[in-house]
Amino acid sequence: MIEQIPYLAVILIAGIGIATILLKKNLIKMIMGLAIIEGAANLFLIILGYREGGIAPIFTNAPGGEMVLPTVQAMTLTNIVIGFATTALLLAFAIIIYRKYGSVETNNIRRLRE
Amino acid sequence: MSQYAALLLAIPLLAAFAMPLTGLIGKRIRNSWAIIAMLATVTAALLLVWEVLTQGTIVYAFGAFDSAQAIPFDSGGVPIRILFVIDAMSAFMILTAAIMMFAATLYSISSESEQTGQDGYYALLFLLMAGIFGMVSTGDLFNFFVFLEINSLAGAALAAYRIKGGVAVEGGLKYAFISTVAGLFFLIAVGMLYGQYNSLNIAYIASVIDFTGLSLVAVVLMIVSLAMKSGSVPMHFWTPDTYSSAPSSITALLIVSSMASLYAIFRIAFSLFGLTMNVVTIGWVIIILGILSMFIGVSMALPQKDVKRLMAYHSVSQIGYMLVGLGVGVAVLGDAQMLAQFGVVAMEGGIFHIINYALYKGLLFLIAGAVIYRCGTANLNDLGGLGHSMKWTMGFFIIAALAIAGIPPFNGFASKLMIYESVFIFNPFIAVIAMVVSIMTLASFVKVFHSMFMGPKLPQYETVKEVPMPMLIGMGLLAVLIILFGLFPDLVVNTLVEPAALALLDRSGYIASVMGGI
Repeated sequence: MIEQIPYLAVILIAGIGIATILLKKNLIKMIMGLAIIEGAANLFLIILGYREGGIAPIFTNAPGGEMVLPTVQAMTLTNIVIGFATTALLLAFAIIIYRKYGSVETNNIRRLRE
Repeated sequence: MSQYAALLLAIPLLAAFAMPLTGLIGKRIRNSWAIIAMLATVTAALLLVWEVLTQGTIVYAFGAFDSAQAIPFDSGGVPIRILFVIDAMSAFMILTAAIMMFAATLYSISSESEQTGQDGYYALLFLLMAGIFGMVSTGDLFNFFVFLEINSLAGAALAAYRIKGGVAVEGGLKYAFISTVAGLFFLIAVGMLYGQYNSLNIAYIASVIDFTGLSLVAVVLMIVSLAMKSGSVPMHFWTPDTYSSAPSSITALLIVSSMASLYAIFRIAFSLFGLTMNVVTIGWVIIILGILSMFIGVSMALPQKDVKRLMAYHSVSQIGYMLVGLGVGVAVLGDAQMLAQFGVVAMEGGIFHIINYALYKGLLFLIAGAVIYRCGTANLNDLGGLGHSMKWTMGFFIIAALAIAGIPPFNGFASKLMIYESVFIFNPFIAVIAMVVSIMTLASFVKVFHSMFMGPKLPQYETVKEVPMPMLIGMGLLAVLIILFGLFPDLVVNTLVEPAALALLDRSGYIASVMGGI
């Protein structure tokens, strides 16, 4: 049971992120929700590779025994970098929208529909 | 091992990152660099397609001397390198992307010539193309995710590039949001598969897959996220906003990137899971998404006033045709007799429709861009009488509009007929809906044609003249291809489409191309 807790945390965190995106009207908060989902994805990848008592996966002079999986860690690193880029881009969009519309509330961002 | 697969990524990436440097030297140098790099990429793409069509599936292993080393001898039969697996279906998508890249880049040279910030524009354009080429040729799930994100970031930045008082940023923001959420769900699904099968390689996972409940969650997450990214109902709401606010040449490329996401749905359904999943249910889910997209898209398009918004809703409806065609293929995958009777033809129709759709929809958006370029508005109520001054543009519009409505002898007819015929045997009701949608499409484009090009010359457009030559060449190439594909559909189907459909169906062949027949 104790091994399942990280997975439950992933579901919980992803749920909080999705709820934030769907329920909040403030653009900055929605972007935060996206970053929370991303955190859930990263956590999920890392716990996939975790082995009880495993050592860092460096083969030179390794003392033997179980190692944690390196691939998922590389994937997580890549995803962190990608997440940085997306968050930066989205926040840049939010800044421009604030300058042009004077608000970051989604209710006020409706010029396209008119 | 030929290097075209690597060049297909290397040239656009080099071109993108060198673009600001060439921009420092001068505008002409930068434009020439963009054209040279585009021609080099297209050449590499065409040579790669030729190689695949003549020699069969190509496996390119990055960092290895030849593709026989795709699986290192000491890895225990697990492919650990980054692999590109380019079969006939990937080649088909590469060809589509290359044609659109040619037309859109050439068009941009003129249409963007008076704008600021062109260095960044072309840099992002090449990144977008690198993302698309990577998505359709990779054989690795995580790699696909990375290219998906490159493609989404560049696409969102380009869609918002001309701020237009904030509206373009609104469109770009929606695109960025949807693609990031889609990308993260895709990544979680990839993690689920990795946790079970300890590999990211599509062919390896396919060879060991054992469809568990977790795999079902993964396949649902993947199909939902990619359907979001390709703009089908029910996550279609971003398409009109993004497509209408982006620069027109970029809209043409965003269409290709949505096609790349669509390709991924079918790569996952056919090559990764194949018969291990419940094909009838998944197939019907795809078909129903397709029918809804077709119908909702076209009915939302009818009342639109903005020409680009109208076309964007039509693109939702056209995606429905491809989903229906290939969805029927998925649904009858388990039944060899039904597959041979009409399943293969339905899939061929769906695949053929991908390239046809990219051609005529790209052309339509380029035409809308040409009209906006000269008249400064996209509102159908204000436009009129352009047929007197923009004769070539009007000619191209007639070709594209008849093609999207499925009137012979244009290419839309060829692929739609294949879908109608085969889907009618599967379920006549779906074929009837598809035909009704086609008629509604025609009605809507008759309206556009009438209000844009017909009528007397309007005083405010007295000075309007034909668009510059590079834009005409870009549009002309697409128009010529539409006519050629419509006149000789058999040739295209036999050389390009049928191999692509068979490649999708040949799951064991796909696995063997990487795993070496293990």
